[in-house]
Amino acid sequence: MVRRVLPGFGLSLGITLMYLGAIVVFPVSMLVLRAAHISFAQFQIILLSPRTMHAIGLTVWTSFVASSINVLFGFVVAWVNTRYQYPFKRVVDALIDLPFALPTSVAGIALTAGFSPHGWLGKTIETTFGYQVAFRPLGIIVAMTFVGLPFVIRTLEPVLKEIDVEAEEAGASLGASKWQIFSKILFPSLLPATITGFTLAFARVLGEFGSIVFISGNMPMKTEVVSLLILSKLEQYDVVGAAALAAVMMVISFCLLMVINGFQVWYQRRFFEASSS
Amino acid sequence: MKRIVWLLLIMGVGLQGGLYAQATLLNVSYDPTREFYKELNPKFSAYWKEKTGISVTIQQSHGGSGKQARAVIDGLGADVVTLALSYDIDQIAKKANLLPENWQKQLPNNSSPFYSTIVFLVRKGNPKKIRDWSDLIKPGVEVITPSPKTGGGARYNVLAAWQSALDRTKSEAKANAYLKDLFKHVPVLDSGARGSTTTFTQRGIGDVLITWENEALLLTLEKEKGQFELVYPPQSIRADIPVAVVEKNAKTHGTSRVAKAYLTYLFLPDGQTIGAKYYYRPKDKRVFDTFKQQFPAVKMITVEEKFGGWDKANAKFFDDGALFDQIYTSR
Repeated sequence: MVRRVLPGFGLSLGITLMYLGAIVVFPVSMLVLRAAHISFAQFQIILLSPRTMHAIGLTVWTSFVASSINVLFGFVVAWVNTRYQYPFKRVVDALIDLPFALPTSVAGIALTAGFSPHGWLGKTIETTFGYQVAFRPLGIIVAMTFVGLPFVIRTLEPVLKEIDVEAEEAGASLGASKWQIFSKILFPSLLPATITGFTLAFARVLGEFGSIVFISGNMPMKTEVVSLLILSKLEQYDVVGAAALAAVMMVISFCLLMVINGFQVWYQRRFFEASSS
Repeated sequence: MKRIVWLLLIMGVGLQGGLYAQATLLNVSYDPTREFYKELNPKFSAYWKEKTGISVTIQQSHGGSGKQARAVIDGLGADVVTLALSYDIDQIAKKANLLPENWQKQLPNNSSPFYSTIVFLVRKGNPKKIRDWSDLIKPGVEVITPSPKTGGGARYNVLAAWQSALDRTKSEAKANAYLKDLFKHVPVLDSGARGSTTTFTQRGIGDVLITWENEALLLTLEKEKGQFELVYPPQSIRADIPVAVVEKNAKTHGTSRVAKAYLTYLFLPDGQTIGAKYYYRPKDKRVFDTFKQQFPAVKMITVEEKFGGWDKANAKFFDDGALFDQIYTSR
């Protein structure tokens, strides 16, 4: 038996379960209970209304695009940050965490000011590319990208640090091309972390509210996201409808996290078996 | 360690005993009343101390009217509520039974010390020549108004617009068509009144902002002097600003008497004058007359006379699948 620093398994597991129970399971089960009162027919009416369908569709695809953007650029940022030393690295490091720290409504106001048709960036983009950013789905993507930014970077960084530079050097000395080193050595070890980062960012922005209400324009059937729809149901004292929508979003997030976890387990098993055989 | 805890406990009890002649009130209000109550509360405290010898501290909570009502329903211990819509207070009475359903009969003037109305805020010089509701749907005019689904106050905007169209065209179908047309001129639906004000004044979007008179007066006379003009449409809607004691909470806290006195103070000339200073129309005739040049006469309809109260208005316009939703889902 290994001596552990902290006392007993029983105590620590007990605390874990109590903690998760009070903070996560209890409130979530209240939501499920509320939603459970709804008959299936009601559920259908709420979910299949064109406005809801549109909001869900919009939220999912903009979240997907925003998280994909974050994967692409997050990889570059994480790479630069772990492999190179450069001046003001600490400032850049702090900037990456800023979306974590900033209240999202502040972010929303700031982004809207910058990207609105009269804002400095928004005006430039509109005159050069012909796209209006704020009050369009593009604006939602911008806000979501901002909010999800740290997730990919912060999950990739420790993994990138762990990878032995020797493995790359060995590959190079055995005559592997740069592309081969990337695809055979770096990519397989980075893939799980990348997917985790993507999922975290995706699940986070799926429910994002604070920053999006300002920049999206909130037009039904155009730029209305699910979190706003939930709020507008609550504003009409329609707790049941809000609970139904919230439950659906929760199920989507939960399934997504389960699928990703399953993939991780499968991938790790395959990867380790392949490397040990 | 234990000793310190005991010490703190004893100190806590002692403190409470020492300040016995002290009452605390929680006033749960909506967003734009922040400055008003900041000025009013110390004046009421002084008045109450002089009258009874008890010093009273008033705590404020501000937020969207509907959200605040829901917080009270869910257990926020408000002694008094001062919200934007009587409908929100109705919901507290109906869903949580914290006050009688006839709360509007408990204080003068349907329990509304002030009222306001809906006006247009346009850019300086009124370049698009917006004078009436029908001007809002002229080609090229962009209108800023919050979503009536999320901002309770914005429902007044919709009702006033619709009624003006009905009176002009004498046809409900045409009024519905007008409303649909109107929202085609709305490029951004903010979730609340302050959000729309920011969109219009700070982002520079839109030609006209449909907003409360008190917000518009605050902007034209103080905050953004000289940039905007206030336009009164020939007909608007009367928005009573209701207040109520949350009787069950007040009883539990032992604050029933001071809570009632606090709200009654709003109807006294002092309270009325402070309200008028913050551009709420006072119900008191004498106070109103002193501020007459600030509040021009406007023909105002009411939700009760034209729509039969909020329940009916909501069912017809704002519930899921009702008129407002149809504007966006059927094209």
